Amino acid sequence: MRMGRRIAATLKRTAIHAGPTVLGIIVLDFLFLQLMPGDAADVMAIEAGSATAETMAMMRERFGLDQPMLSQLASFLGHLAQFDLGYSPRFNASVLEIIMARLPNTVLLMLTALSFALLLGIVVGSVMAAWAGRWPDRVLSVVVLLLYSMPGFWVGLMAVVLFSVKLGWLPNDSNMTIGSSFTGWALIADRASHLVLPALALASFFVAVYARLVRASMLEVQRQDFMRTAHAKGLHPLLIQLRHALRNALIPVTTVAGMHLGNLLGGAVVVETLFGWPGMGRLALEAVLARDFSVLLGVLLLSSLLVIVANVVIDLLHAWLDPRIGEA
Amino acid sequence: MTIDAQLTPKVADTKIADTGSRAAPRKGRRLRAFLRNPTFIAGVAILAFFVLLALFAGVLFPGDPQDMVAQPLLWPGDDPQYPLGTDSLGRDVLAQLVYGTRASLLVGVFSAAIGLAIGMVVGASAGFFGGWTDTLLMRLVELFQTTPTFLLVIVILVIVDPSLPTIAMAIGVSSWPTVARLVRAQFRSLRESDFVMAARSLGYSRLRIIVQEILPNALPPVIVAASVMIANAILTEAGLSFLNMRDPNVLSWGGMIGDGRDQLRNAWFLTALPGAAIALAVLSLNLVGDGLNEILNPRSDQS
Repeated sequence: MRMGRRIAATLKRTAIHAGPTVLGIIVLDFLFLQLMPGDAADVMAIEAGSATAETMAMMRERFGLDQPMLSQLASFLGHLAQFDLGYSPRFNASVLEIIMARLPNTVLLMLTALSFALLLGIVVGSVMAAWAGRWPDRVLSVVVLLLYSMPGFWVGLMAVVLFSVKLGWLPNDSNMTIGSSFTGWALIADRASHLVLPALALASFFVAVYARLVRASMLEVQRQDFMRTAHAKGLHPLLIQLRHALRNALIPVTTVAGMHLGNLLGGAVVVETLFGWPGMGRLALEAVLARDFSVLLGVLLLSSLLVIVANVVIDLLHAWLDPRIGEA
Repeated sequence: MTIDAQLTPKVADTKIADTGSRAAPRKGRRLRAFLRNPTFIAGVAILAFFVLLALFAGVLFPGDPQDMVAQPLLWPGDDPQYPLGTDSLGRDVLAQLVYGTRASLLVGVFSAAIGLAIGMVVGASAGFFGGWTDTLLMRLVELFQTTPTFLLVIVILVIVDPSLPTIAMAIGVSSWPTVARLVRAQFRSLRESDFVMAARSLGYSRLRIIVQEILPNALPPVIVAASVMIANAILTEAGLSFLNMRDPNVLSWGGMIGDGRDQLRNAWFLTALPGAAIALAVLSLNLVGDGLNEILNPRSDQS
């Protein structure tokens, strides 16, 4: 009952808050893209090898590229209200279709990387906090600091050298074996083996971020009164750390995880390109190079929406972790 | 005017007198804390090494590092004249690495400077004036924070062709929101403090209060953030050059990784070495940041 009210309140707050943000992002992105030199007609003309002025004008007219800027924006907003993101002249398909074909791959990659980063970060951070100042903490601190400093895509490349080139254990291209017809478990195993290296590359930096954060917040929680009470009650130390300390330490971690979601998407651009992962990040880069504004605009918009949705999820997660948050 | 002129030294005096008894030894202690902090010293040492490399690249390796000097794909150690080997075009890897320091450091420092400048102006205005200025500016911050930074940088670099200045500008323009939030929080807590009240009651202009009274007190966390910003900018620049969004006339570590990627199977050192250089440079900045944090915000580590 109370949970239901809280969910409703959170959703209401988000709707009020996110509405103007989404509108702002649309207008900002649209203005950015108007500033770009050349348009999709130019690129298609170059790729076709030749184009007369008439065919160029025809293409522009067909895709509405010859309209004044404000009317292009107005028509874009009008279409958006009907969940129509426009049409991509280059891919010859609707933008929503193109993005939706890529979105599941990106979400899968990001969720895998995020869970991996959170899991490892929490374990490493807790170990560091439990042995604070002693050698496990010092050794892990150095490892974490190194991970924190290495470019993720480089970690990915080095992992490719080790696991694909030298050991031959894992594939390093695309998201499945091309031309394969696996079913059942073999299919899942094939997909999973393709997922490991990109997820690792994307997660490396965030493992370090969460480990540092968990260590700091675990140490902070140890000083709280309720921890002394738990000890005085005679609870098992492991139970105290898990149920009392970690639960509270997770609040800043989830907050930061939400803040970093945009960065994770940004990192996905490089990692997806590197591993030939057919996701939204690579699509964004392809769209940029092809000057396919409608696709790029769609990707930017959807990325921002993804970040907003994730923050709602985190708000709800906070409510579960600490019922006091946001009750007023 | 005369009243103000008479009062100014007095205020300055009382401020010094107020904190003077603590400020003087604190300064000395702070200096000693810097020297005694191994993290900070290690970071500064590595960073100084890179700065020297960047400054004296031309002296260490006269001639164009993009020239073919030896047979291609020499492994490190094959030829003592090229201790780190040569790439697929027969270029000296060590010379390229040394020249690449320049691009990384320049982009890092300038983008951080741009990001700090915008972030401080926005954060200070939002925190000091509050009200609708605050609401409006924070909406803007939110807008930028919801958009993935790396995508934003790419979009800007499509509008303006990538070159060192534009790359620095693009990274700076997309990295200011963090600073803005930080500075805003500082200004909000400082604007009601006694010394600001005193300055207000003396009729100081708002600009003077912001710049001369509040800003110096708000700086410590910003300084820590600056080192992290430079580190992140170097990582972003590396990712961009890897995707071939780079200044074609300037050697960069990320670009070397991108070039070396084609030889990943037979000459992985071409990818490994520039990446290690990036990691070391970023590590030094993170060490400096950690050290500064321990020294400037001592409470953050104890409580």
